[in-house]
Amino acid sequence: MSASERPQHGRLVVKLVAIVVGMFGFGFALVPLYDVFCDITGINGKTENTAAVYDGVTVDTSRTVTVEFITRTNSGMPWEFTVETRRVDVHPGEMAQVNFFARNPASRDIVGQAVPSVSPGQAALFLNKTECFCFNHQPLAAGAEAVMPMKFYVDPQLPEDIRFFTVQYTLYDVTASVADVAMNQG
Amino acid sequence: MSTATEHAHDDHHHHMPTGIKRWIFTTNHKDIGTLYLWFAFIMFLVGGAMAMVIRAELFQPGLQIVEPNFFNQMTTVHGLIMVFGAVMPAFTGLANWLVPMMIGAPDMALPRMNNWSFWILPFAFIILLASLFMEGGGPAFGWTFYAPLSTTYSGDSTALFVFSVHIMGISSIMGAINVIVTIWNMRAPGMTWMKMPLFVWTWLITAFLLIAVMPVLAGAVTMVLTDKFFGTSFFDAAGGGDPVMFQHIFWFFGHPEVYIMILPAFGIISQIVPTFSRKKLFGYASMVYATTSIALLSFIVWAHHMFTTGMPVAAELFFMIATMLISVPTGVKVFNWVATMWRGSLTFEVPMLFALAFIVLFTIGGLSGLMLAITPVDFQYHDTYFVVAHFHYVLVSGAVFSIMAAVYYWLPKWTGKMFDVTLAKWHFWCSLISVNVLFFPMHFIGLAGMPRRIPDYALQFADFNKWISIGGFAFGLSQLIFLAVVIKACRKQGEPVSDQVWEGAEGLEWEIPSPAPYHTFETPPVVK
Amino acid sequence: MKNTLYGVLGSLLSVTAFADSGAQKDQYQLNLSKGVTDISGQVYDLHMLMFYICVAIALVVFGVMFYAMYFHRKSRGAKPAHFHESVKVEIAWTVVPFIILIFMAVPAAKTLIAMEDSSKADVTVLVTGSQWKWHYKYMDRDLSYYSLLATQPEQIQNKFAKGENYLLEVDRPLVIPTGKKVRFLITSDDVIHSWWVPDFAVKKDANPGFINEAWTRVDQPGIYRGQCAELCGKDHGFMPVVVIAKDPAEYEAWVSEQEAIQRKAKEEEQKLLAMNMSMEELMSVGERVYNTSCAACHMPNGEGLPGVFPALKGSDMALNDMPAHIDIVVNGKSGTAMQAFGKQLSLKELAAVITYERNAWGNNTGDTVQAKDVNAVMNGQ
Repeated sequence: MSASERPQHGRLVVKLVAIVVGMFGFGFALVPLYDVFCDITGINGKTENTAAVYDGVTVDTSRTVTVEFITRTNSGMPWEFTVETRRVDVHPGEMAQVNFFARNPASRDIVGQAVPSVSPGQAALFLNKTECFCFNHQPLAAGAEAVMPMKFYVDPQLPEDIRFFTVQYTLYDVTASVADVAMNQG
Repeated sequence: MSTATEHAHDDHHHHMPTGIKRWIFTTNHKDIGTLYLWFAFIMFLVGGAMAMVIRAELFQPGLQIVEPNFFNQMTTVHGLIMVFGAVMPAFTGLANWLVPMMIGAPDMALPRMNNWSFWILPFAFIILLASLFMEGGGPAFGWTFYAPLSTTYSGDSTALFVFSVHIMGISSIMGAINVIVTIWNMRAPGMTWMKMPLFVWTWLITAFLLIAVMPVLAGAVTMVLTDKFFGTSFFDAAGGGDPVMFQHIFWFFGHPEVYIMILPAFGIISQIVPTFSRKKLFGYASMVYATTSIALLSFIVWAHHMFTTGMPVAAELFFMIATMLISVPTGVKVFNWVATMWRGSLTFEVPMLFALAFIVLFTIGGLSGLMLAITPVDFQYHDTYFVVAHFHYVLVSGAVFSIMAAVYYWLPKWTGKMFDVTLAKWHFWCSLISVNVLFFPMHFIGLAGMPRRIPDYALQFADFNKWISIGGFAFGLSQLIFLAVVIKACRKQGEPVSDQVWEGAEGLEWEIPSPAPYHTFETPPVVK
Repeated sequence: MKNTLYGVLGSLLSVTAFADSGAQKDQYQLNLSKGVTDISGQVYDLHMLMFYICVAIALVVFGVMFYAMYFHRKSRGAKPAHFHESVKVEIAWTVVPFIILIFMAVPAAKTLIAMEDSSKADVTVLVTGSQWKWHYKYMDRDLSYYSLLATQPEQIQNKFAKGENYLLEVDRPLVIPTGKKVRFLITSDDVIHSWWVPDFAVKKDANPGFINEAWTRVDQPGIYRGQCAELCGKDHGFMPVVVIAKDPAEYEAWVSEQEAIQRKAKEEEQKLLAMNMSMEELMSVGERVYNTSCAACHMPNGEGLPGVFPALKGSDMALNDMPAHIDIVVNGKSGTAMQAFGKQLSLKELAAVITYERNAWGNNTGDTVQAKDVNAVMNGQ
């Protein structure tokens, strides 16, 4: 192979390197793509983390859906975390409110973050929350208590075969990471 | 295929350094191929030694030899070394040696980069192995490094693990770019796409898979690194991340990776079977199409590794069916090999023995793979020894056997001397028997319910585990015979061989002298 | 000797002869167990169907191959033929496998859809994995508990003879009623675990922060054993699952009894607050608790695993900072493997184990920690 043909390699190499760089970027693009994928298929029961708007939803009184709530706190999170009703029966399209209670029994101020998860996962696509404590961090001073409301409706499009689903909230102690962010910003 | 034979002669007009400098500064594809192959062999023995530790601990119930934490490090590093240190470099070594010779090119397209892509590799593995000696030990989260076990709950050695995987990735990517550019630009006149030997074809497709997915792996380890040390939460639910997402990203890399380790094997077998059948490969074109479709399908089946993570039925069905589809082109390949042998004139030299063992044992591994694709039963098989049996059948008696077949097939061309056939036959028969004693009973204990990656097990698994361990030790020792054969061959002991070496061998590499001169095809041959 | 011979024969002749002998847990179980539920039976049938299809394919392919290897040998004078392609044959062996695949996919899809039945269940149990134990919470009852490996460490260390259910026994099994639909909600506190009972054909990953669900309906009363199936760290091999299925009346009685016991224990606990336990009593209870709950990571000698789990022996916290010590045991530490034992142990056990850690292995602080001290930390006083 003579030297004059060298640049030919160069062009191909540049293209291939572009593929490599592109695929490295794609690896990171999988993070938002995964969320899109979850929104479409309901993998893992992720719910929207922004408020839905209740507007012009028709209530489907022909059927009832039971929504079950589970409250958990993760290791290292000393809060007491309960829900006023374990189960609510709602018609799809009907607004409902459920109150959650949290108490910080520790002697330090703690910022909590609730992470929702729905099972079966497809139901997550039809659970619309107009207001939820899980959208924001929840700071509680030492010894303080709070009532945390959650307002939601079940989309009338919910498949007929889902008559029952579970919503779990896990509370995490995010005091340290919130403090980091505050420090970086301030 | 016939060629004009006025190719370059064994010329010594280049200044050639000797001793260690020759190997460090070499840009010669044959030298680099040799380096890769020796490196892979050493890593094979190191990873094998770790497997021996694992099998010794599992020889009987109870904890005898190692602690659970160290056991997990052994399974993890064994996997990483065998995948990234043994199988992949061995294939790259074969590509270095053979691709230029098969397509009539004087060398790889980018010789200096070739030198680099090899020489960073030892550092990657030194870093990985050194991490085992850190306080708290090396990576212990499995070669799949699922978050959050590899993030929040791992030791500080994770940083070394990530660094080492990055280097391995860069090495593989550079190697793959080199292969693509070589094949794309440097084929001899007349060497059209559909005249290329299948080893070249399969490597071309493998190289594209490599540049497509190794960067994704690099992304995944980078996310693990930042999650662990820099406060991001890609995989941490508390910060809005999702640990299951890790598995999606990992297996998006991981499944094509599986084919990276088997497609070149298909190429090798497609070279060897026709030679010893004295008959042209059956269905050359369909082999090329089958390889391409396997490579494409490999991008849409990743979630079959994660059926138990909880997925909607529709997704489970999709991934099940896509996975089952892969068996169609794979089946075509097996059928083509058998059809090549049909009404041939067969002889059973050592490379052919390994190739035949490959076809049978790889097919067994492929069929258990088909069983694993069926989602409802996968819930029972998943993460048991049935899976361990499956992937060792395709990787050890599949990929590794194909590498051994390749070494025996081309070794006389490389050294100019026939290897010690008696010893090689001993190696074959010992390996064949022990590999089955080692991996076949794993199907049984897997079905009976023994999970993977456990250092101790319930009593009903005891007897089979004993047999498996005995098979393991025997297989490990058998590889020392291989080492002896290769060392003897490298010392140029044995009968001189002809240029063609094997009676039925066809292709450009068999038309140059044996041993292959340091520089070949400086004037390109003309392929008619 | 006879057994080993049987073993060799078994592995060689595996194909069908012993395929159905897998029901009992014998040494040479070669096959999947049929299990005890409708679903596990379906899964077993599907497995056998797949197996027979695969064996048939293998026999045909290998048959042709071995025929060629024997009859088309050069040494028998075989001359090579010249064909190297045939569109018809190649299309045939692409299409035929497709048809076989459809034949496999249809029953598989049916079973899969049957498995994902999300209708209402009679009993719901929240299953939470953590390093390295399971926690069960009956969602409709006032009952929850941890389930730990019950095999003695001495058996694992080969000092005692191994029992029949070595590594497959727990201190408190999950109890479920027969003939009812039992729903498992599965989640995790730390890393990913996987809850697996082969006899129910139920295996679901426990993902931290997320829930998964699975269900079963067991027909026969009995004890069913399984294991964690996803690598979850050092003691992944030591977190078995044991489920006892009882008939509904017995189940009901058992749950009520357990509820009463747990209520009573809570009342007793309040009384404890006013009492002081002696050093001897704290140390002896503490040692027992330490060995079951702490020694897996911090090691029986308190030295931990350097670089992985910190030592307690000579640690600053155990020697000096008592409030921090109580806090970390009760509440755990976020982002580490240190769990919140406030939920797992009683006040008395917590007090005892903290006392033990402050006085064992040469940590001779002389401190005693009482239930009321622990209670104070729990309630922020």
